[in-house]
Amino acid sequence: MNNYELMIIFTPVLSEDDFKSAQKKYTELVTENGGAIVHSNPWGLKSLAYPIQKKTTGIYWVLEYTANPDFNEKMKIQMLRDEQIMRHMITKLDKNAVEYNYVKRNGGFKVTEKMEG
Amino acid sequence: MAKNEIKYLTAIKQEKPKKKFCRFKKYGIKYVDYKDVEFLKKFINEQGKMLPKRLSGNSLKYQRKVGDAIKKARQMALLPYVTDLLK
Repeated sequence: MNNYELMIIFTPVLSEDDFKSAQKKYTELVTENGGAIVHSNPWGLKSLAYPIQKKTTGIYWVLEYTANPDFNEKMKIQMLRDEQIMRHMITKLDKNAVEYNYVKRNGGFKVTEKMEG
Repeated sequence: MAKNEIKYLTAIKQEKPKKKFCRFKKYGIKYVDYKDVEFLKKFINEQGKMLPKRLSGNSLKYQRKVGDAIKKARQMALLPYVTDLLK
């Protein structure tokens, strides 16, 4: 069971409840296939650094989850088929990254501070 | 000729460049987060290009991590590939 982090950019025309249902759809996809959700963090509407598909804003969503390695392939097929998604990226988290995210969520620390724990 | 030559008692102290240090080793940061745009902006110049190791003062190991994080941030449109007056 590895730790992964998924970041998705949805099209800005998505309404609030569509956004929620899309989130629910993917979180269920993870839990069905034996994964576990660590933390879901919707950023909401943000302006992009450069236009993607002629759009300059997008709805960001970051999801941290644990899953077995072969699951990501299924997830990618789903995401490529879904046209609400402009771009997605799955990154593997090593132990430092998991610790960083954990500290960031709970303890909140300044980058210059010495990382505790 | 000797008259206008100014002799100083002590040598003129030129301004020594500030000793660069690897901030990751010094502050014990282990992971460079690609979502943390403000932190990554310290490592790119106005055009959005990555700063080399000799300017950013990073050690090789962490310069690579910063490089990966910047490329991921660019992929996810958090950082521009090329721009002007970024800061």
